[in-house]
Amino acid sequence: MKIIRLLPVLIFCVLVTFFWYGLALDPQKIPTPKIGQLLPNFDLPMLLGGSSQRFTPDLLRNHRSVLVVWASWCDACREEQAFLLTLAQQKGIKLYGINYKDDPAKAQQWLVDWGNPYQAIGLDSKGKMALDLGVYGTPETYLLDRQGKILHRYAGSLTAEVWRREFLTLLM
Amino acid sequence: MENVMSRVFLTLCALLLCTVVWASARYPFDHPAQQAQFQALLHDLRCPVCQNQDLADSHAELAADLRGEVYRMVLAHQSDQEIIQHLTERYGDFIVFKPPVKLLTSVLWLGPALLLLIGLGIFAMTCIRRVHHD
Amino acid sequence: MMAELGVYALVWALLFSLLLVLVPVWGIYTKNATWMNAATTYVTGQLIFIGLAYGCLCGCFLQNDFTVVYVLANSSLHLPWFYKLCAVWGGHEGSMLLWVLILAFWTSAVAWASPHLDRDIRVRVLVVLGALSAGFIVFILMTSNPFVRQFVLTQTEGRDLNPLLQDIGFLFHPPMLYMGYVGFAVAFAFAIAVLWLGRLETKWAKSLRPWTMAAWCCLTLGITLGSWWAYRELGWGGWWFWDPVENASFMPWLVGTALIHALILVEKRNQFVAWTLLLAITGFSLSLVGTFLVRSGVLTSVHAFAVDPLRGLYILMFLGVVIGGSLLLFAWRAQTVVQHRLPDWVSRESAMLLNNIFLVVMMLTVLLGTVYPLVIDGLGLGKLSVGAPYFNQVFTALSTPLLLLMAFGLHVNWQRDSFLGVLRKLGWVFGLGLLCPLLCLVSVHYPLYPMTCLGAVLATWVMFSTLEKVRQRLLLSKTAKKINGAFLGMVIAHFGFSVTALGIIISNSYGIEDDLKMTPGEHTLFAGYDIQFLQEASIRGPNYHGTRSSFLITQGQHQATIYPEKRIYDVGKMPMTESAIDVNPVRDIYIAMGEPLDATAWSIRLYYKPFVRWIWAGGLMMFIGGCFGLSDRRFYRKEAA
Repeated sequence: MKIIRLLPVLIFCVLVTFFWYGLALDPQKIPTPKIGQLLPNFDLPMLLGGSSQRFTPDLLRNHRSVLVVWASWCDACREEQAFLLTLAQQKGIKLYGINYKDDPAKAQQWLVDWGNPYQAIGLDSKGKMALDLGVYGTPETYLLDRQGKILHRYAGSLTAEVWRREFLTLLM
Repeated sequence: MENVMSRVFLTLCALLLCTVVWASARYPFDHPAQQAQFQALLHDLRCPVCQNQDLADSHAELAADLRGEVYRMVLAHQSDQEIIQHLTERYGDFIVFKPPVKLLTSVLWLGPALLLLIGLGIFAMTCIRRVHHD
Repeated sequence: MMAELGVYALVWALLFSLLLVLVPVWGIYTKNATWMNAATTYVTGQLIFIGLAYGCLCGCFLQNDFTVVYVLANSSLHLPWFYKLCAVWGGHEGSMLLWVLILAFWTSAVAWASPHLDRDIRVRVLVVLGALSAGFIVFILMTSNPFVRQFVLTQTEGRDLNPLLQDIGFLFHPPMLYMGYVGFAVAFAFAIAVLWLGRLETKWAKSLRPWTMAAWCCLTLGITLGSWWAYRELGWGGWWFWDPVENASFMPWLVGTALIHALILVEKRNQFVAWTLLLAITGFSLSLVGTFLVRSGVLTSVHAFAVDPLRGLYILMFLGVVIGGSLLLFAWRAQTVVQHRLPDWVSRESAMLLNNIFLVVMMLTVLLGTVYPLVIDGLGLGKLSVGAPYFNQVFTALSTPLLLLMAFGLHVNWQRDSFLGVLRKLGWVFGLGLLCPLLCLVSVHYPLYPMTCLGAVLATWVMFSTLEKVRQRLLLSKTAKKINGAFLGMVIAHFGFSVTALGIIISNSYGIEDDLKMTPGEHTLFAGYDIQFLQEASIRGPNYHGTRSSFLITQGQHQATIYPEKRIYDVGKMPMTESAIDVNPVRDIYIAMGEPLDATAWSIRLYYKPFVRWIWAGGLMMFIGGCFGLSDRRFYRKEAA
C-alpha cells in the first residue's frame, strides 16, 4: 500500500528534473534536419559582379565554406558584421552570402555601409531557395565541408563566443 | 418576337450581374476537396516564426511563403503525406502540430488510453472489493 | 516616494507572513491558545500591507511615474486611466503582486468567515497560507520587484501597454483567473492541515466544499472570459489554442471539478478520504506548475512573460519544496480510513468515482501533451510539437464517455441501484434526446457526420437528463426535499456543461472560413450570406491610427453592418486587427482585416461560426450554478452537536 502512496512524489520528481533541464534549453530554436545532407540545388543571380556568373553550389565546393543568410532590413545582421569581417580574414574559410528577400540596390548600399566579407552573394529575392534550406529567420549561418555537406546551422547573430563554442570543434 | 425578347432579357441580366463585382479568393481552387485539404493542412502546420500560431492564422512573412508552397503543392495534386514530408525535410518535426506516430511518440499517443485503462481497472477493483466485503 | 512606500509595505507584509507562520506554530506545540489565536491578527496585518503595496503600484501608474521601470515598460501617457489600472497586472512583477494580494484576500476570508471551522484546523490552514505568502513575497522582493527605479530616461512617454491587452476582456480575465488559481490554495492548505493534525475525520470535507466551489467558480469564469476575449481580440476566430498556459489553467479546473465531487463523497459517505486529500494537494500544485511554466521560459507560449532563468530557478525550488513536501507528507500520513461501505457497481458513489477517474485521466493527458516537447528536448531527442490536433483528438475520445456517464450518473441512486432501473427512468430522455438533435441538423440541411451526431446526441442527453431531474424534484410531495440552492446549482452547472459541449461540437463541425482579396464595393457569397465590402476610412484613436472598414451582411430580410478595423499603435508600431462580429444566438459571422494587398485591396478573413456563443454561455451557466451552490445555507448553519 505504501508504495502506491509514493507514486505522486516520484512522478513529481521526474517532472521537476525535466523542468530543471528545461531552464537551460531554448524552446524557440528549431534544429535543422539537414545536418549531414548536401546543400539543395540552386541557381541564383549574383548580387555583385556581372550577370554572366550564377550563384550555385559548385562555388562552395572544394573548400570549407560558411554560408550566411542576411538582408539589409535585418537589424540583427548588422550586429554580426564586425565578427564576420574578422572571420573573412582567416585562412581556410571562405564566406558566402545569400541575400534574402531584399531590394538589390538597398543590399548593395548596405554592403558599402557595413562592409562585405563575402566571396560571392546570391540573390534570393523571393526566398524560394531559403525555403528549400529550411531558413526561418535572419541571420542564419551554415557551416559546409568540402563536398558541400551541411555540418552545422546557427540561427542568430554570430559572435566569437558562438563561433568558438559551436563551429570551431567541427572544423578540427 | 419572343425569341428576341428572351435574348434581350438574358443580356440585360448578364449586364446586371456584371455590375456586381465579386471578390476573389486569395488561394483559388477548382475543387472544393482541394480547398478543404488546403485549409486542413494549414491548421496542422506550425508557423516557425510565430510559434504559437498555425500557418492559417500567422501574419508572419515566412508563414505567407509557406502558405504559398502548400498552395502550389495542393494544386499539383500532392497528398497530405507528401506535403508534410516535403516540409519536415526542411524544418523538422517541429513544423507539424500533430506529432507523427512513431516509436518516439508512442508514449504520447498510447498514454491516454493506458491511463484510462488503469483508471477503469482501479474502478473495477474498488467495486469488486465490496462484493468480497459482504 | 510612492515606490519606496510600496517596497516598505511589502517588507512589512513579509514580516506579518513570517509571524503568521512562526507564532501559531509555537502556539500549537506549546498548546498555548493565545498564541494560536494571534493568527487572525497577523492575517489582517498581512492584508493591510499587501493592499498598501498594491495601492502604491496603482498610484505610480496613475501618476505616470516613469522613474519606476515597471510603469515605464507597461504604460504610456496616452493610455486611458482604466487601462492604466489593468496595466498593473500586465507584466510579470505586477501580476505577482496581484497574486500575493489575492492570496492575502483568501487567507483573510478563511480567518474571518469560517466561524464553524474546528480551531485546530483553522490555525493550521492559516499557517500554511502564511508560509505560501511568505515564499511569494520573498520571490517578489528578490527577483521581481515592481518598484525598481531608473533615473536615466526622464523625457519619455512610456513604452505603452501591449495593444493586445488594451481591451475590456483584460479588465476581468486575469483577476478572475487568479482568484481561481490562488483560491485552490485554500483546499491545499486544508489538506495539509488535516494531514498535519492526523485526524482524518470527515467534518473538514463539509467545511472545505464552499471554499473549493468558490475558487472553482472564479476559475470557470476566468477561463470562459479568457476564451471569449481571445476570440474577439486575436483576429483568427479561435477560442482555445491548447497553449501551455491555457493548459496550465485548465488542469486545475479539471482537478477542481473532480475535487468538488470527491468532497461530496467524503462528506456524505465517508469514502475515499485519502484520494480527496491527494486531489486537493494536486489542484494547487498544478496552479504552481502553471506559474512556473509562464514565467520561466521553459515552454513557448503566447502568454509568457519576459523570460528570466533566475526567476525560473527560484519558482522551481519553491515548487519542489511546497509540492514535494506536501506529497511526501501525504505518502507518510494518509492512512486508509477503513471504509465499511464500499460502492456497488451501479450507484451514485461509483458514478462519482468514475467521474473522478475520467477527469484525472484528462488532466494527466493534458499534462503529458504539454510537457512532452520539453521531455523529448531534454533527452536530446530533437524538437517536436504537440498542438491542437493531438489535444482535440484525444480530448474528444475522452469526453465522449464522460458525457454518457453524466447523463446516467445524475439519476443513479446512492448506495445501490440497477442499470435497467435508471434506463426506465430516463426512457423519454434517451428517445427524445436522440431525435431532437438529428431532426434539428436535418432541418437546417447540415450534413450528418457520425462523430458530430454522436456528440450532439450525448450532449442533448445530458441536457434532457438535467431537466428530468428538475421535473422529478418538482413532482415530489412537499414533505420531501425541495429545490434548494445546492440542487439548483447542481442542475444549472451540469446543464451549462452540456451547453458548452454542444457549442464546441457544432462550431467545430460546421464552421466555415475563407480568405479573400477584397476591394471596396466587392461582394462575396459566404455561408449563405451576401457580404459586401462597403468602404474604408482612416481613423485616429487615443494611442493608435489605422483603417476602419464597413461590411454589409445580407440574407433575405436580415441586414447588418459591421466595422472591422486595422490599427497601428503609435508607440510600439504594432499592427493589430480589431475584428467585427455579427452576433445572433445561433451563429457568429466574424470578419477580420488582414494586410493591405495593394493600393485598394485588402486581405479579408471571413468566419462562419454556428453555436459558438453557446460555449461561453455554458461557461457562464456553470459559474452561476456554482454561485447557487454556494448560496445554500447548509454550509453556513452551525452543526448540531
